[in-house]
Amino acid sequence: MKLISAFCLLALAILATPVAAQEWPYFVAYSHALEEPGNLEVEFKGVQATPKYGNAFSSGTIEFEYGATAWWTTEVYLSGQHTSNDSTVFNGYRWENRFRPLLREHFINPVLYVEYENLNQADRSLLEIVGHDSISDLRIPNAAARSVTERELELKLILSSNVRGWNISENFISEKNLTEPEPWEFGYAFGVSRPLALKAGSKDCFFCRENLSAGAEIYGGLGDMDSFGLKETSHYAGPTVAFDIPHGPTIGFSPSFGLNDNSVGAIFRFKVSYEFQQIFSHFHRGAR
Amino acid sequence: MKRATFSTWILLAASVCTAADTGWMKHVSEADRGRKNPYAGQADAIAGGSRLFVEHCSKCHGEDALGRGKRPSLRTKEVQEASDGELFSLLKNGYLKKGMPSWSALPEESRWQLIAYVKSLGEHGTTDAASPAPVGRQ
Repeated sequence: MKLISAFCLLALAILATPVAAQEWPYFVAYSHALEEPGNLEVEFKGVQATPKYGNAFSSGTIEFEYGATAWWTTEVYLSGQHTSNDSTVFNGYRWENRFRPLLREHFINPVLYVEYENLNQADRSLLEIVGHDSISDLRIPNAAARSVTERELELKLILSSNVRGWNISENFISEKNLTEPEPWEFGYAFGVSRPLALKAGSKDCFFCRENLSAGAEIYGGLGDMDSFGLKETSHYAGPTVAFDIPHGPTIGFSPSFGLNDNSVGAIFRFKVSYEFQQIFSHFHRGAR
Repeated sequence: MKRATFSTWILLAASVCTAADTGWMKHVSEADRGRKNPYAGQADAIAGGSRLFVEHCSKCHGEDALGRGKRPSLRTKEVQEASDGELFSLLKNGYLKKGMPSWSALPEESRWQLIAYVKSLGEHGTTDAASPAPVGRQ
């Protein structure tokens, strides 16, 4: 089995050309950029934090994002985490789909996001904050948290604009637990970013400004149907940077800082993504 | 004989469908159609566009821009004679129905560079003097 997996990975690496993706340096917010049709992006997202009065943890999520069509991107996530003085656990999976309902570019571009989650409560990936998510959730020992599996439906309305090199993205999040009779929970994420140069240089270079993009994100919970609002939940904000390594992967880093007592003081996020272009074209008869 | 006729019809239909689908041109606004490429003919911009082409376009349209499989050539008469503004509109909006994604995440300046490069390639079959090899593959 290991041999087959190794062979598949090797075949993937040989057949496909890795390039930097057309994407913004966000970790939580989504823009309206979808995966190009036929491309597969493999991404690792890491999170490291030390909640006050809790144990430090590191979480890792691996994502496989595929451009099914020019207006539909589908993605599978697998998550796990390690907590100091505790244990290492696998958390579960997510299956996400994003659709562009309008087929042309507008000043504000909507994207509809539908995700099914099957995760235990030990999940620390913090890919979104909803409802009354707070620092106290991150102090629950793994043994207790992993025994509760939540199956949830997550819907997002993504609004995004590209203006003079800048991207401005607003996400409105709602989440429903499908296994427990809990109310709908809500959250938000906003992001703004820009490449450091808008024009490509005439020569290949490594540390060119055009390969770097920077911005900021703010995200947090909005309570639930019974108690909507900014209180009794957590909020974070921080800068974010990404570097497209020429002919290689994209790497990103973002420190997020807690904005109230329900939040962790600082969350450090990093990511590495690799896009394989036209992953299945080698199997098509028509391909040259 | 019947099989041969059927195959011919299929091939004919496929070639009509894939040959220079210019349906996207109908959606170009007059304002976009009239836009001029600020980098047209500039060597530096063409070289930058060539790098962008290798990174973002060549896997679908081929390194020579002559198309790959069902992905169309960019060196047809229709594309080469399209106005700068029409190509800019195509890059901005994509043609999502037919699989061409929107490249609006690329800054406007970069999109104009790409157009300058594609235009520099010329129509396939005509003189190739202005057909620089993509920078990344030289």
